Amino acid sequence: MTETATPLWEVFVRPRNGLAHRHVGSLHAHDAMMALQAARDVYTRRGETLSIWVVPSSAIVASDPAEKDMMFEPTATKIYRHPTFYDVPDDVGHM
Amino acid sequence: MYAQGLNSTDPAAVEAEDPDRLAAFQARIDAEEKIEPNDWMPAQYRRTLVRQISQHAHSEVIGMQPEGNWVTRAPTLARKAQLLAKIQDEAGHGLYLYSAAETLGVTREALYDQLLSGRAKYSSIFNYPTLNYADMGAIGWLVDGAAIMNQIPLCRCSYGPYARAMILVCKEESFHQRQGYAIMVAMCRGSAEQRAMAQDALNRFWQPSIMMFGPHDSNSTHSELSMKWKIKRFTNDGLRRKFIDATVPQAHSLGLTIPDPDLRFNEATGHWEHGAIDWDEFARVLGGDGPCNRQRLKHRRAAEAEGAWVREAAAAYAAKRRGANERAA
Repeated sequence: MTETATPLWEVFVRPRNGLAHRHVGSLHAHDAMMALQAARDVYTRRGETLSIWVVPSSAIVASDPAEKDMMFEPTATKIYRHPTFYDVPDDVGHM
Repeated sequence: MYAQGLNSTDPAAVEAEDPDRLAAFQARIDAEEKIEPNDWMPAQYRRTLVRQISQHAHSEVIGMQPEGNWVTRAPTLARKAQLLAKIQDEAGHGLYLYSAAETLGVTREALYDQLLSGRAKYSSIFNYPTLNYADMGAIGWLVDGAAIMNQIPLCRCSYGPYARAMILVCKEESFHQRQGYAIMVAMCRGSAEQRAMAQDALNRFWQPSIMMFGPHDSNSTHSELSMKWKIKRFTNDGLRRKFIDATVPQAHSLGLTIPDPDLRFNEATGHWEHGAIDWDEFARVLGGDGPCNRQRLKHRRAAEAEGAWVREAAAAYAAKRRGANERAA
């Protein structure tokens, strides 16, 4: 094959207003317009969406799963960030 | 089923892994945690998944051909639109699956190359010809029905991207089976000639459909590790039995006869038992010598070659636009 590899894009769709765009998968396309059209054909054949985002996969910066402890463990010890950490007297009722 | 052509896993390769990492990996699998692309995984797990997912993708792509054969000759405009929608879904399913395979570090181009060079396998079922429009009914009902039996447990596969792709596929696939069965119902309620066509299609597609589940468990060497790693949740024979139990009453409802003189209902187990399967034929078709293997690959290669100028033009246009933007900046 004489062809160069086609760039990869990540596809996000918003099923309806009020919901966030959600990642649904990826596809290959040479430019943004073709990526949008391909995303329409591949990921929205049954009226699942009102809006599509396509993002070059190379533009995504991801955290490293091997460093997940260093990244996220500190939150596990901060239980005072949760409302259930604090006692409210019974006679006060729901707060 | 889409892994019919998998080579047996290599136990030596698994033993070569770091035992601590392997144990931690197995513990995650046992805890029903999903494995995601950047997580550590045994090389054999990665290899098995690349093969299984890409064979599945190839099957979806090649699977468009037997149905494409009848688009221009569908009996009504509505049926033509339905068939086109189904074929479009198969293309979409192939693309979801190629994307899932790519998350394991293999390129799309390499996967296409494996298919076009004939090194990769795809499901044996798509190497049978579609001789008349009744076959569109039989394929939707039986082949998509068998595929659903296989794909529903794959929605819980341990590898996240494969499981997510399968959820998308399964949502769309049930339309395929019902569309096929509706064709069979229409034909079986039609003229004597139409009923004969429906029976003939069932006669030709029954054996190839139950072969889709692959060899008997006693001859399926790669099952054990795939089950342990939760790539696979049910055995070939288990899925085949579920399919036959579901399908026999559907055939009876149509007034059709399953073409297996040894088929009988076992009162004790509550399951249907099938007669002998022609495994020589299965091996022949999988090995490249089925009725349509050459035609399928030839067609796929031609489509790839004829589309090359489109891909080249798109790449050239994108490069030109990039150049213009850089000059303007």
